[in-house]
Amino acid sequence: MTKKKLTQNPLFLPLVCVVLVLAVNVVYDIAQGNAFYDFFRITMQASASGEQLLSGRLVTILNRGSEVAILAIGMTLVVSASAGTDISVGSVMSLCASFCCMLGAGFGVSAVNDPSEFAMPLIVGLIGALVMGCVCGAFNGALVAYLNIQPMVATLILWSAARAIGLLLCNNLIVYVRVPQYQVFGGYIGFMPTPIIIAAICIVVVSLVLKHTAMGMYIQSVGINKKASRIAGLNSKRIIFMCYLLCGLCAGIAGIVNSSRISSADANNIGLNMELDAILAVALGGNSLGGGKFNLAGSIIGAYTIQAITTTMYNLGVSSAVAPVFKAVVVIVIVVIQAPPVKAWVRKHAASRSTGKEAAHA
Amino acid sequence: MKPANAVKKRKQINGNTLLLLITIVLFFVLYAGGCLVYGGKGFTNLQTFLNILISNAGLICVACGMTCVMLTGGIDISVGSLVALDCMLLAYGMGEWHMSAPVMCLIVLVVGLIFGLVQGYCVGYLEIQPFIVSMAGMFFARGMTAVISTAQLSITKETNAAFYGWANWRLNLPFGGVPNRKGVLIMPYIRVGVIIALLVLVVIFLVLRYTKFGRSLYAVGGSEQSAAMMGLNVKKTKLKAYVLSSFLCSIGGICYCLNTQAASVSQATGMEMDAIASAVIGGTLLTGGVGNVIGTLFGVLINGTIASIVQFNGKLASSWPNILTAALLCFFIVLQSVFAFLKEKKK
Repeated sequence: MTKKKLTQNPLFLPLVCVVLVLAVNVVYDIAQGNAFYDFFRITMQASASGEQLLSGRLVTILNRGSEVAILAIGMTLVVSASAGTDISVGSVMSLCASFCCMLGAGFGVSAVNDPSEFAMPLIVGLIGALVMGCVCGAFNGALVAYLNIQPMVATLILWSAARAIGLLLCNNLIVYVRVPQYQVFGGYIGFMPTPIIIAAICIVVVSLVLKHTAMGMYIQSVGINKKASRIAGLNSKRIIFMCYLLCGLCAGIAGIVNSSRISSADANNIGLNMELDAILAVALGGNSLGGGKFNLAGSIIGAYTIQAITTTMYNLGVSSAVAPVFKAVVVIVIVVIQAPPVKAWVRKHAASRSTGKEAAHA
Repeated sequence: MKPANAVKKRKQINGNTLLLLITIVLFFVLYAGGCLVYGGKGFTNLQTFLNILISNAGLICVACGMTCVMLTGGIDISVGSLVALDCMLLAYGMGEWHMSAPVMCLIVLVVGLIFGLVQGYCVGYLEIQPFIVSMAGMFFARGMTAVISTAQLSITKETNAAFYGWANWRLNLPFGGVPNRKGVLIMPYIRVGVIIALLVLVVIFLVLRYTKFGRSLYAVGGSEQSAAMMGLNVKKTKLKAYVLSSFLCSIGGICYCLNTQAASVSQATGMEMDAIASAVIGGTLLTGGVGNVIGTLFGVLINGTIASIVQFNGKLASSWPNILTAALLCFFIVLQSVFAFLKEKKK
């Protein structure tokens, strides 16, 4: 009985995945002749400039997984409210990063090496990028909520266009912003990697809002039945719109973090395939891609799990071009497990096993 | 309802035919615009139009498959990656395994069939959202391309003489020649890919219009429940649609490879977007049940015209076709939604 309850816990699937990934890493360490706890070791290491920084593989995963975690927040809400996914997040990240760098560097400039070379104060670029993210989110949201277009098709427009516009802004160049004030968002504050802090702030803010206002409940009810929630007095359309807006904002934040990490706006590569990671995070977190109930904690765990999978794959020598194969297989396995016919089959199988042959007739 | 009334109703232009009309008019306007602005650079030559066909032969096949899938109310975004995988298989197979060209083409077609079977099974029988399935398929195919090789391969005469011969074979048209600088009359030509693509187009047009399978695609897309009640096997129809899409995609991949004679991991990125945009611009409804491949052909031609105008201009950035296609797609999606809204209101 307790076993059954355990498998029904929403966090069961993500936690199993985490354990699996950790197990693979431990086995890998042992095979390599390292201590089995090497994976979990967190140390302070001096950087090139002599600062003490947190380091260790766990820290790396938490650090690199920040973008996916931030995206997963927005994606969870979008999936929950509209039963569709926002596939434009990766491209929007790229657009926001390009916009941020171009506002700062000035259009047509390909490198900034000193704060004095900024065309506009950095803060304008940052705010501009966030606004741009919101605009993209609002565009998606308007198409989905007010024009009743299938979410994935609506976001397909920006999936293609946003990256192209980003490239256009950058003149097809990689724009470098090698300025410490900008690099800090992808670097370190004191000894802590900044992306972890940013991701943590985003998670805390959103979960507090969801916990202390009725927003979370509203989103779930819209996701479960749009019409019924409208009749019950909720503004379904506005709630869906807000979810997409938030998703765009998250993409903007993630874009800034990612571009600051590489201190450049590389429109071709920022956020590439990131939408898959974000959707995978939501699915791994035990959320149904069919909308309705959601579990933010699951998504976040899912996001870091994916980063752990990616890091592990790189450790095992899988190239970054090949990595999508494994992720695609994982996605398919997860959605097949969630598929209604498979669930029905499992339930039937379990029922006939527990009650014996008599129940097979029914 | 009286028969006279029915006849009158048929003559009225409904939203869907209006969409197709807008598309055709848009194509002619775009093309005429191109002729006016870049007429001096040779835009008015028949060859310019044929070049659009030649470079988009693969896209025509892929978009036909996409139309079939979209008729059932689904979508298949794995096509671009599948084309890349096909090209890589062709180039690597002929270059490294020294297989003959027909065998490799056969292998590519079989790969397409298997790919479509898996996707179709997931969508039809396991009832997973088509978008999720084909997105996984997209990343899978792209990754598999990288597994085969991450190098930039090209198919030359040395790699495979037969394939090279097919790719460079040209059929001169008996009319529409233009004298070049030396005064020699240059006849316009088409390539083998165009013939394949047009054949595919005609076959799919006939299949959609006259066969039981074609009609059941429309029925499933129009209303799954009614189709099931009429006794159609909805799951099987969906499976077949995805198999057809991936198969046509493989044919398209061969056409694409005949045109580019090269393979790389990043090839045909965004082709799914072009295919979907072509189908939607051509009047295929995203909700399924409405559309045909003639409209899709015009969608492809519009895409090609935009690309060649950008090419003739020579100064515009390479991302402009992407942006313009997305903008057109957006425009047509919004139009569709408005028409659907008006239809609802009438009821």
